[in-house]
Parts: sequence; structure tokens; C-alpha cells
Amino acid sequence: MNPSTSAALHEQTIAQLSAGLAAGQFSSEELTCAFLQRIGRDNPQLNAFITVTAESALAQARAADERRRQGQAGLLTGIPIAYKDIFCTQGVRTSCGSRMLDRFIAPYNATVVERLNAAGAVMLGKTNMDEFAMGSSNETSFYGSVHNPWDLNAVPGGSSGGSAAAVAARLTPGATGTDTGGSIRQPAALCGITGIKPTYGRVSRWGMIAYASSLDQGGPMARTAEDCALLLAAMAGFDPRDSTCVDRPVPDYAAGLNQPLAGLKIGLPKEYFGEGLDSAVAAAVETAIAEYRKLGAETIEISLPNSQLAIPAYYVVAPAECSSNLARFDGVRYGHRCENPQNLLDLYIRSRAEGFGAEVQRRILVGTFALSAGYYDAYYLKAQQIRRLISDDFRRAFDQVDVIAGPTSPTVAFNLGEKVDDPITMYLSDIYTIAVNLAGLPGLSLPAGFVGQRPVGLQLIGNYFAEERLLNVAHRYQQVTDWHNRIPTAFA
Amino acid sequence: MMEWETVIGLEIHAQLATKSKIFSAAATAYGAEPNTQACAIDLGMPGVLPVLNQEAVRMAAMLGLAIGANIACRSVFARKNYFYPDLPKGYQISQYELPVVEKGELSIDLEDGSSKVIGVTRAHLEEDAGKSLHEDFHGQSGIDLNRAGTPLLEIVSEPDLRSAKEAVAYMKKLHQMVVYLGICDGNMQEGSFRCDANVSVRPKGQAQFGTRAEIKNLNSFRFVERAIEFEIERQIDRIESGEKIVQETRLYDPDKGETRPMRSKEEANDYRYFPDPDLLPLVIDEAFIETVRASLPELPEAKKQRFIAQYGLSSYDAGVLTAARALSDYYEAVVAALGGEPKLCANWVMGDFSAFLNRDGKDLAESPVSSAQLASLLQRIQDRTISGKIAKDVFEAMWVGEGDTDAIIEKRGLRQITDTSAIEKVIDEVMAANPDQLAQYRAGKDKLFAFFVGQVMKASKGKANPQQVNDRLAEKLKG
Repeated sequence: MNPSTSAALHEQTIAQLSAGLAAGQFSSEELTCAFLQRIGRDNPQLNAFITVTAESALAQARAADERRRQGQAGLLTGIPIAYKDIFCTQGVRTSCGSRMLDRFIAPYNATVVERLNAAGAVMLGKTNMDEFAMGSSNETSFYGSVHNPWDLNAVPGGSSGGSAAAVAARLTPGATGTDTGGSIRQPAALCGITGIKPTYGRVSRWGMIAYASSLDQGGPMARTAEDCALLLAAMAGFDPRDSTCVDRPVPDYAAGLNQPLAGLKIGLPKEYFGEGLDSAVAAAVETAIAEYRKLGAETIEISLPNSQLAIPAYYVVAPAECSSNLARFDGVRYGHRCENPQNLLDLYIRSRAEGFGAEVQRRILVGTFALSAGYYDAYYLKAQQIRRLISDDFRRAFDQVDVIAGPTSPTVAFNLGEKVDDPITMYLSDIYTIAVNLAGLPGLSLPAGFVGQRPVGLQLIGNYFAEERLLNVAHRYQQVTDWHNRIPTAFA
Repeated sequence: MMEWETVIGLEIHAQLATKSKIFSAAATAYGAEPNTQACAIDLGMPGVLPVLNQEAVRMAAMLGLAIGANIACRSVFARKNYFYPDLPKGYQISQYELPVVEKGELSIDLEDGSSKVIGVTRAHLEEDAGKSLHEDFHGQSGIDLNRAGTPLLEIVSEPDLRSAKEAVAYMKKLHQMVVYLGICDGNMQEGSFRCDANVSVRPKGQAQFGTRAEIKNLNSFRFVERAIEFEIERQIDRIESGEKIVQETRLYDPDKGETRPMRSKEEANDYRYFPDPDLLPLVIDEAFIETVRASLPELPEAKKQRFIAQYGLSSYDAGVLTAARALSDYYEAVVAALGGEPKLCANWVMGDFSAFLNRDGKDLAESPVSSAQLASLLQRIQDRTISGKIAKDVFEAMWVGEGDTDAIIEKRGLRQITDTSAIEKVIDEVMAANPDQLAQYRAGKDKLFAFFVGQVMKASKGKANPQQVNDRLAEKLKG
């Protein structure tokens, strides 16, 4: 895809915009203005942004242009991006999609924000999300649902639904997301964009508000694998402030993108193609896999026998950790505090009952229960054992294959309101993504067709720290397909 | 009457003397303005993460090695979940199932002169909470988070202690140990070293333990002794009057000298412990342990034995001098500066020097007389420039800042008289002035010898060399 001087700014990928900025075809200020205008025009119907930081965006853009004049520009200098509202941004509201933090101004920057700032990226604003990243449809946000740009009656997926919708509707060329059980990959799939959840420990969690600490991982969301490579290269790396962050060099992800796929072994887990998978989604995924065979890859059926245990294990581990992580929101130091508390207990109960929505409260209760004396062994400990079984499944699979491919989600985007009263069905939309978090592996979703108006995502799972390979495998596919270039008609 | 046996186990919290907190870079110094030493991590802000302070680990390992314990190659930090306003995250990070130090022991000296080995079950690292301030807020509470995140080492003994006195002896021994190791300042008023006591009683000879009560937050040796004494009596009274002991947490009220149950609400917690996913397991390798071992200072017991062997001191003197690391260092500095005379040095360090510190309520570090100054004074006794008695006056003058030994001796004209003819002259004068006593002495009243010594010393203003006075006087009195 060559950069086209005639293409409108919003139609271009980050790689193209970066080239355009470098060639002096436009300034970061012009670019930033263009996206701010689109946000102003289209965000009201999408609700993808919670906060738009127009003023500071323009200041950052001008600073980026100045930096470029001084010859100090990098690939991301002057590129506008959006941050999921789970990343702390100094001096800017960081709500985590919750009433609890509706008026919380973060006093510091997340490492991811710090790094992207240092690279010269321009923050357009903070994107909508499921409350505290708990949800698969973006319907649990205190700020209301986000609409899927491909069909405004559909959900964008979650929890990084605002970031996915904003990228799909071309309100931003790229965004950050976080993924605890599929929260980057599932909305990427449902909105027809590309997103990668890196290996646990690849991206620092400092300043990323915790949902389930042993599963949370930040990553980029953009239109193409190439753009994800550029963003991830800036986001990843060791951070001494996060004890779980791994001290390991960050490869030049963009450099490996064009590696040929001849001889690549792709594993197809039979458990990912069975009952529960929508047949039209299955057909689109099969077509994508056939495309890989044409590119020289070999496909091998594999088995991940403990797959069916992933959701039950996740819904013990994640709520258990969240019940503890969210204890700090007590109305004492910051965040929502109820009016006129009568005593300490009243302060706690009402602040938390008013500050948290139903899904967050549900998970806190489930997690509190799972950790309680007498239940810990049967739930939390058992779930941890299942995690090991699931990791072992993957380890065996990667003895045989280089990457694993399958659907990202069993269906395309469902309708707004369709599953809100049925949490179990909602939880099933992450059935193929959750095991990846439990094992700590990297996973990527890329657009692979449509069912009607609604996009289908193909998931690629790699071995630990195989982000480079995943991006390469996705990129080669995007060289021969154009799903990632499709624009929802209403936002062309 | 039934004979009862007391069973006591202590949980001691020693605040580690690290400069920064256990999981953040904020300072740990005591007494700062509220909330000036609390960073985003200590405040439990959204998105913050803990990073373990390696210095706290090193200090925990030091204690472990000093008490002959196992240093776990892998230990785990857990979250202890409960809501309290001075607990910013809603959980305390503490080692639970897998502590860093396990199975040590400490020998205590009993009053009858024997010693007893007390088992140390475990010692684990954890963070302290903040403080709730209930005064000055008119029906509300203030929160000071300066202390939040201060590193603590919780040291848990086996239930090996059999009396309040043994409990105090153990606590003192451990206190001495942590101060010696330099891992805790030992300041009990500031809460740097505090104790929870588990107390139960059982009929003598019964193998099974009685139901225990836990007395929380005892911050002085005296309170520990009194609280346990009270608790033992309370439990025996209760059982003897046919009632049962309830397992509960109690608080000691030093004003009333009694223990009282804490409100039951505060102990009905289910802490929902689970491994902290923000922290990797703490892995300690052999090389680290060896580095720590090599850095261990000489421990009190070893030092005491060395003092006995090297300086020829009595066990008692060696014990007194090595009770505190600072005093033993001071003593050795005096001996080194003087180049010998360890017994003379011991007498002075334990005698006047310690007495003056005590009198003025000073720490050794605040002493106005340095070890070199004291050595120079002892030097003048040794070379007979002054007598031991005059030296006490010089010491006092030095204490109040009159100058160094020689300057004081010169200024006050205290140089000892050692000229035999001068001493004989004084003796002659004294004999002439006391003819009656002289006659009586010569008639066989030997006791009067001391009278003449006294008179000669008095006449010489204490400056005559006592040995020479003795010698010459004996000679002259014979006639």
C-alpha cells in the first residue's frame, strides 16, 4: 500500500501518515485538526470518546512539528492517537468508564503514555470502555454504550470498545487498549480492525488501572498489523516500576513484517471450530486460512483439550483479583464519595454502591466469595491449577506449530442490549480469547471478512514473546487482502 | 490447689531501618508532617504497582542468619484484604504461607543463671498501615499515611515461653539482636519494636494447650510483663471459677493495668489471603545468602565470649559491656586507645561513664566524653600523674566541657605528688600535729594507720601518691 498524496488524511494508515509527515505533505497540526474535526462531527453518534483533549492535542502537535523542524522526529512524532480511559494521563480525567472515577484527574502518566509521549505521539483524547474493563460489549460504561461504526445498532465489543470504534470510524489512526480476557482482540474483531495483546510482561502495567493484575496487558489497536508494529515498538519494554514486566530487548517489529510465510506451520485447534461457533463466521475464518495456505503455510489440526475450562477458570481468577484491586475505591482518598456519610461503614457501602455499576459489583462479589475462607481451595486454587493445564496445552501445541489460528469471537457483533441481561452468554463471546490471557501468551486479531455488514476477526496466537512473528503473519495476509482497508460507509 | 503452667508465644514487629518504604521510594523517617512522606504508591492511587525494596530483604536475611534460621529460596507476598481508612489499598501486602525466614532459635538467660532456647517459628516481611488521627477533627478522623508502607519484619516465636519474665527476657534478647544487626532502631516509644503476646494457661503436666488470648500492640518491656501477669491471673481466676476462656484479641490498658477484649467486630474479618499478582515470588539464591552472612556483625553472645577470653573480664562485666553494640564499641575503642588495661577500662566504662549517661538521660551517641578522651584520662591514672580518686573529678570536669584531661589537671593543679621528700615532709607535719594518736599507734593500736593515711591525703589535697604515702608512713610511724 503506497502512501497516496490524494487520499484524505483519515483514510491513511499510521505508516502512511508517518511518511506524509516526514515528506512535509502536511503538518501534525493539520493532521490533528483533521481528526479532531471528525471526532467533533462523528463522536456524538458513536460515543467512542469519554474525553477529548483538543487543546493539549494541538499543543502536542505543534511541539511535534517543531521537533520535526529540528530533525528530531521519529516514526510516531506528530501521529494522533487515543488512549483507552484506563491509562492514567497526568492532569486529564482518567475515569476507567466508571462513576467512581468520574472526577478523577490522574496525578501521573502511565508508562505507556510516557513512552508514546516521548515518541512524539499526540493524544486526541480518552476512549470509552466497559467499566473497569469488565465487559464484552462496552455496555457497562458509566458513560453509555459505544456504537459499532459498521452498524450503529450493534455493540463494538469490549472492553476496549471505544478505541476499536474510534479506529474503525477513522476518528483516530490508532489507539491503546488493554486485554484481560480478550478486551483488545474481541472489539478489534467486532469493529474490523487489528489489535494485539502482547505477552504478559511485555508492556508495563504501571499507570494502567488494574482489573485482574495477573491477566491485564496493554497493547495497540490500529487498522493494520504494520501500524500495530509501530505502536507496540514504542509501548513495549522493561519498566522497573512494574515487577511483572520482563527485562528483554524489544525487537524492531516493523523490520520483520515482510518475512515470507513459506513453511509456516499454523495450528488449528479443533476445540475452536466446534459447537457454539457461528457457521458464517466459521466460513469466513476457513477462507482466511485457505489464503494462508496459498501464501505457503501448512495447516495442522491440533487439540487444546482444556479449552472448555478457560471461561470457568477466568471467572474465578479475574473476579478474585478485581475484588482486591478495587478495594482501594473506598471514598476515603479520591474518587466518588457518598453525600453525608453517617459513619465509616455507611461511607464505604454507599460510596461503593453508588460508584460502581452492576457488572463491577457482580464481579467483586463473585471474587470475594471465591477467596473466602473455606472456598479458596475449591475455587481460586483450582482455577490456578487449570491455568497451568491450559498453559501446558499451548506448550505442547507450540512444539508442533509456529502459530495458532482460529476465530477471535464465536459471532460477529451482536445488537446493543441483546445480551445485557444474560451475563453467561455475554461471557461466551470471549471463549476463544480468554485462554490466551490465562497462559500469558500473545494474541492478535485481524479483519478477515464480513457476515452481512458486520466484520469477522481472525485470531492468531503465538508463543511467548513471538509478537514479531504474529505481526509478520498478519501483515502478509493484509498484503493480499483488503478487509482492513474497508471503511464503514457512514464514516467514509 | 491446682498448679498452673503458663504458655506464651510472642509475635514481634520490628520496623526495618531502611531509608525508603518496602514497596515505594518514599522516606520512612519518623515524625514528619502528616502525609508528606506518602507517594502515589503509598496512597494506593489507581494504576500504581509495588516494587520490593531489596534492602528490606537483606535485613530479613540478616536476622534469619543471626538466629540460625532457614532463609527460604522462594517466598511469596500475599494480600491480606480488609477495609480500614488507614489501609489505602484495602489490603496489606504480607508474607503469609511462605515466609522468608523459618525455624530459628534464640537463647535467653534465666534469673537462676541458666539459659533456655526459644524457637522462632518464622519471620516474614510486610508493610505497615497508616495512622488514624482521632483528635482535632471534630467528629471525623484524620488519616496520616506517612507510616503506610514502612517495612516490618514480623518475628513469631514458638509457644516456648513459660512466664512473663521469660517473655520479657526473650523480647529483650531479640531487641538487642535487631539493634546489633543494625536492622531496626529499636525505638519502642515510636513503635519501631512492638509485640503481640499469645497467652494461655493449662494444668501443670497437661500436654494440650489451653485456649489462648492474644494481647495486641504492647510497646514496652514493662507493659509486656504486666499485661501477661494480669492475663495469667485473669485466665486462672476464670477457669477456677468454672468459666471458659474465650479465644479473642485483647488490649492492654496501662493506666488501669488490665487487659480488655477488643470489639468483636474488628476480629470477625475473613482476610481472603491470596498471592499478590503484582509481585513475583521472592527468590533468594545461595550467593546472596553468603554475601549477607559475610556482612553480619559480631553477635552479642560471641562478643561476650570474646571479651571474657581477650580482655580477661568476668562473665558479668562482659555481659554488661556487650548488652548494647554501641557500648561495646565504645569500650573497645577506649582499650585500643589506651593500649591495654582492659579491666581498668571496663571499670570506668561500666562505672562513672555509664552512671553519667544515665544521670543525664543521654544516649551513648550524645556522650560529651569521647572514647579517646576517656582513654587519655586513664592514661594519666596509669602513669601516676593523678590518682583514681582525683580522676573522678577530672572526668566530671571533662563531662561538663572544661577541656581535655591534661588541661584540667594543669588548670586545677591536680598533678599527683610523687616526690618522696615532699611526701615525707607532709608526713612529718601530720605526725607532729597528732602526738596523741602517734603514741596510741606506737602502743599497738594498728587501726590508727588509716587515720594517718587520711590526714596525709587531706593535707596534700588528695594529690599525694597513695602507694608512696603508705610505704613512707609505715616506715616513719615505726619511729
